[in-house]
Amino acid sequence: MIDVFIGFFSLLAVIFAVLVLTLRQPMRCALALIAHMCSLAGIYAALGAHVIAMFQILIYVGAVMVFMVYTIMLLDDRDSSFLSPYSAKAAVCLVVGLALAAGLWLAIGHTSAPATAAASAIDPFTFSAFSLAFMKQYWFHFELATVLLLVGVVAAWAAVKEGL
Amino acid sequence: MDRYQFLTILAGLIFSLGLLGVVLRRNLLVVMMCLEIMLNAVVLSFVSFAVRGQTLPGIAMTFFIYVAASCEIALAMAIVVLLVKRRGSLDLGAHQELKG
Repeated sequence: MIDVFIGFFSLLAVIFAVLVLTLRQPMRCALALIAHMCSLAGIYAALGAHVIAMFQILIYVGAVMVFMVYTIMLLDDRDSSFLSPYSAKAAVCLVVGLALAAGLWLAIGHTSAPATAAASAIDPFTFSAFSLAFMKQYWFHFELATVLLLVGVVAAWAAVKEGL
Repeated sequence: MDRYQFLTILAGLIFSLGLLGVVLRRNLLVVMMCLEIMLNAVVLSFVSFAVRGQTLPGIAMTFFIYVAASCEIALAMAIVVLLVKRRGSLDLGAHQELKG
């Protein structure tokens, strides 16, 4: 049953990723990307990584994509990139992109699969186990992440202030 | 092919689609979205390996990727708004004189 869910959400994720590439209007691309991220959250939930599924919805869909949607609404998207959405050198780009993708696939194909770990007594992906382990082992990194977020906010503010 | 090999191949496919979008599309915002697709593929591979090994570091790394992505998008959107205000276009071709 889990494999059926993973297959279903994987198909949705690929379809919506293709839609992001092919749709003309940025707002529709953003909506397709939101659906793509929700599909990935479904995969994480099916795998049992509920913490990551929640992060995916809360942080990516709830914060990052809302920010992007506001930016799209702020800007006029009816310009030359709307009339011709693909690069003028699309054929060259396609060949280079496909060559890079083929290299990536070859690299994946030559990687041997690691042995599956034996199931531990405590599932580390439940909220309580994750929170306890995270705050015990990664509290310093967590504090550094807050500093990084603060630096990001100050940098964005400074960039906008400098440009006005 | 087991579940985790399938997810690794799916991550590679999604990463390739994002990469194609970055090199093919001309709209700045859509290029940013394709970068997010590539980042999502990386997160998917991290999660699948972490679940396979039942280990915490992969999940913790995912959390920090989300933090970095939030910072990245805040800064990138500020830069995109400034660029569009200066050039009046979302087309990447209008920003060819950028150095670096």
